[in-house]
Amino acid sequence: MSLPAAAAADYALHAHGLGKQYGRLVAVDGISFSVRAGEIVGLLGPNGAGKTTTINMVLGVLQPSAGQILIEGVDLARQRSRALAHTNFAAVYAALPGNLTVYQNLRFFSLLYDVADGVARIEQLLTEFDLQRLRGTRSGALSSGEQTRLALSKALLNRPRLLLLDEPTASLDPSAADTIRTRIRTLASGGACGILWTSHNMYEVEAICDRVLFLSHGRILLEGDPRALPAAHGAASLEELFIRLAREPLVQPPAGARASG
Amino acid sequence: MKLRPIAAIALRQFYLMRSSPTRVLPMIAWVAVDIVLWGFISRYLNTVASTGVNFVASLLGAVLFWDFFTRVMQGVTMAFFEDVWSRNFINVFATPLLISEYLVGLICTGIVTSLIGLIVMLTLATWLFGLPFFSMGLLLLPFLLALFLFGIGLGVLASAMVLRLGPASEWLVWPIPAMLSPFVGVFYPLSTLPAWMRGIGHALPPSYVFENMRSVVAGHGYSASGLLLGIGLALFDILLASLLFTRVYRYAVRSGLLARYSAESMT
Repeated sequence: MSLPAAAAADYALHAHGLGKQYGRLVAVDGISFSVRAGEIVGLLGPNGAGKTTTINMVLGVLQPSAGQILIEGVDLARQRSRALAHTNFAAVYAALPGNLTVYQNLRFFSLLYDVADGVARIEQLLTEFDLQRLRGTRSGALSSGEQTRLALSKALLNRPRLLLLDEPTASLDPSAADTIRTRIRTLASGGACGILWTSHNMYEVEAICDRVLFLSHGRILLEGDPRALPAAHGAASLEELFIRLAREPLVQPPAGARASG
Repeated sequence: MKLRPIAAIALRQFYLMRSSPTRVLPMIAWVAVDIVLWGFISRYLNTVASTGVNFVASLLGAVLFWDFFTRVMQGVTMAFFEDVWSRNFINVFATPLLISEYLVGLICTGIVTSLIGLIVMLTLATWLFGLPFFSMGLLLLPFLLALFLFGIGLGVLASAMVLRLGPASEWLVWPIPAMLSPFVGVFYPLSTLPAWMRGIGHALPPSYVFENMRSVVAGHGYSASGLLLGIGLALFDILLASLLFTRVYRYAVRSGLLARYSAESMT
């Protein structure tokens, strides 16, 4: 059942009965989940679980076969442009054009997102992400860490209410990754936006996510606090639980943890 | 439609041209070579033929018009190809950008890049070979307008084709003007063609431009209704091409094609 409009507006993201099917192949199988403002939700699962398909549907670049996506209470299918104005993302597979400089990329995307104070916002983000000295450097010539900082700067250009981060720290050294995690945590704790975060780094997920969703074969197998879930399922760590779920999906979750499908 | 997203598409192309002379050079070099080559051929034909036909005006004029049309089409497709080459579709289409804004942005880019080529061609043709184009004054505008609009329509159509068939189909785009040229009578009257080719020619806006250009050069004036028909057809082509692009885009979103452009290696 879809949420009433007033209730849906309390969520940065609310997905209901979301599904994607390619012929007979079911990539995402009617999942429902929400991300509240100020909350960081981890989307976990093995390769092929449906994480990227889910993210692509939320980004509006893939049309769901079923279900509804509300971003800040706005129906993505009906008011695509308005819904996406509240959203932004950074993903390892969507590098920014390498033939534009750091500044040019940010200017290009600030205009695409129709940011009114684009120039001032860019200067603020260049400073915040330590990119001022690289502003004239082509993005393709940046190191992985610098590209990640640029991608995050671009992701924050329009002050999104919903931020989708697909392995944002995958190519960073531990120190740089920690800095980025702290920034993201600060951003979320200010209540400015809800964040949907995918990562294969379980230590990171435990450290930063308020809640996680385990996806396997397009279904949500498990949902809960990443610090409490391992003990609740008799696993020594989140990583061990992940491996177990990836190899053998849970049939009957113990009491105390919510499971959905 | 909002102005900023439209400006973004055009600004991106400006950034790329400013940073790389190799992008600007082809816009100028090819048209310059064409004008010089055909200028000398026309001049030579004027000296050996005693038909009374001014080859500089008819041949070189035709080359100039045809190159202009080709540049417009390429201006639109090149802006689109930037997103193909840089695998930028997810980044662009995950924004609030409307398809209409994207297409208008491509068209604005086509206007600027084709104007650069046009200025170079007009300058060279007038200065080196005395092509009396400027003597046509405002009459030049409907001729250029019909070609400009058709170039946009074809550019949008070619972009839709690449979006649907994938980046490898890019090579199908470049020969399109050459494939059309026999049907539109760039260098000869449509009456030269067999009936079936003439029928196709009448459906293509450039035919009306070249028929009227030859008529003007021969001192017979031009057919306003013919030029209007050419402009009307070109507008209709833009409408059809835009509808096709929108349809292909929706298919690409529905089928996952758009996402796969950037994320083939992802889970």
